[in-house]
Amino acid sequence: MLACSELSFSYNSQKTFNFPSFSCEKGQTLLILGNSGTGKTTLLHLLALLLQPKSGSIQIKEHELAHLSAKEAAQMRANHLGIVYQKSHFVSSLSVLDNLLLANYLADQNQSKEQALKLAQNLGFADLLDKKTTLLSGGEQQRVSIARALMNNPDVILADEPTSNLDDENCEKVVQLLENQSKNIGAALVIVTHDHRLKNINKNIITL
Amino acid sequence: MLFKISWKNIVDKKLNSFLCILLMTLGIAMISLLMLLGKQLQDKFAKNISGIDLVVGAKGSPLQLILSSVYQIDNPTGNIYLEDVQAIAQNPLVKEMIPLSMGDNFQGYRIVGTNKKYFEHFKTQFESGKMFKSNLEVVLGGQTAANTNLKVGDTFASSHGLDSEGEKHAERNYKVVGVLEFNNSVVDNLILTSLGSVWSIHEKHAEGETHPEEDSTERKEITSAIIKFRSPMGMMAMPRNINQNSKLQAAVPAIEVNRLFELLGIGIEGLQFLAAVIMLISGISVFVSLYNSLKERKYEMALMLSMGASRTRLFLMLLLEGIILSFLGFVAGILLSRIGIYLISNALNKKFHMNVSQFGLQIGEIYLFIGALLVGILAASIPSIGIYRINISKTLATE
Repeated sequence: MLACSELSFSYNSQKTFNFPSFSCEKGQTLLILGNSGTGKTTLLHLLALLLQPKSGSIQIKEHELAHLSAKEAAQMRANHLGIVYQKSHFVSSLSVLDNLLLANYLADQNQSKEQALKLAQNLGFADLLDKKTTLLSGGEQQRVSIARALMNNPDVILADEPTSNLDDENCEKVVQLLENQSKNIGAALVIVTHDHRLKNINKNIITL
Repeated sequence: MLFKISWKNIVDKKLNSFLCILLMTLGIAMISLLMLLGKQLQDKFAKNISGIDLVVGAKGSPLQLILSSVYQIDNPTGNIYLEDVQAIAQNPLVKEMIPLSMGDNFQGYRIVGTNKKYFEHFKTQFESGKMFKSNLEVVLGGQTAANTNLKVGDTFASSHGLDSEGEKHAERNYKVVGVLEFNNSVVDNLILTSLGSVWSIHEKHAEGETHPEEDSTERKEITSAIIKFRSPMGMMAMPRNINQNSKLQAAVPAIEVNRLFELLGIGIEGLQFLAAVIMLISGISVFVSLYNSLKERKYEMALMLSMGASRTRLFLMLLLEGIILSFLGFVAGILLSRIGIYLISNALNKKFHMNVSQFGLQIGEIYLFIGALLVGILAASIPSIGIYRINISKTLATE
């Protein structure tokens, strides 16, 4: 599903990040571990097509994505990638439900209320749909952002430190939800983290 | 959805949005009020002078003569002899001379002595009753009848002078014989009677005082006279001739009204300028509000961009916020100006028996609408250009 080889990126001429090659199949989970400053977020942004690599290749379903234009990348990202960010940010003026539907809208897809309801039930926040996102707890917010990442049935789910702000109990829950949901829709799941609690759960681990 | 997000953003920042709308409302309301008022006053003034070429009265301020004789709002300049005016009317250039005699009122409504030609000039229609024939019979204007509740057959005592607190002529009562239809002219607010009535009421007065030497053939006095010419030639020669060679004064309504509006125009322009400044400030407040919120919402924007939104779409979303704000301001401003017109009309009606309640949308207000939208668009677009400068990756990584 997702395959990367010899990606490299540099913000300036002094320091260049070179990333190992890896791949992740449908329904699989790949954990990318690394301490601060090892380029975790950079790698995630490369995979999310937010940054362009200096060299190397990124393939999703055998399509080469490393050098798409900004517009193509945005389309690709909206339709085939689901991203869960470290801190859950939302459009603060909209309700939880509208934030979910926003993912459909911005990807130019039909706004599917059923999908939003189903995800909310699966992830256990069906009673929060009408609330403003600012009123939710950290764990709740993280679950909503997972749901948002799943709204367009992506092929690849990228999670950036999804558990760093959560306690042990919520941490385990969130990871399990992520794994279950991506298995459900047959997506590859890539988690980038420095959270060693996750080591126990996963088998495919790359350390930067 | 785009509209929904814009709208929710506006609702989310109630105070900011309120301030923007309030300023826009005030600016629009002021300009629109001035437009409406200016136009209606001008209409009213223009309508009442149509066909009147010249007003002849006692020497004094020409504007006062016009205001008192044509619009019935100022005090008359004094009395003149009917025969002097009749001498002028002999001139072949004069087509028509309508004498006017004022001096009394009923509940603030002026009693004007005149003749049938005055009715013809304003093309009045009778709603009920008939024309006055003998002395002390009166015909009421539509507004007068409505506000005083007098009907055909009623009688009333007039008060001396032109304001309602004047001394009553209690010894002789006027009798209503006719009521006119509304005709949107000065006649609506008058009580019309024959010249003879006015003379007889005041003769009575004169008898009470002691003027032993005066005989009954004394010269009849009137207040002023309206003159229409046969051809524009009259306008060239007569006013100057009258002003220079007689004790009378001739005033041309068109000139005096123009002068009045020139004087008023300076005030109106000043206020309009002020209103435009308020609108500009409203634009600045939209600008500041969006600029600040864009700083706060930078992450939100980057997030939406990462979710597939194009920069142009987000730009339009912010633009829409500015447009909604100025649109709401415009609607509220127009409503406010109509309320203002209603209140002003009531006040004018009480004071001057003048009705300016015209609530339809003016052509000028369509330009005002375009102007308001432009202010909103311009104010929103400047800060929103920042959308095109957001570095998505950097913003998402740092915040």
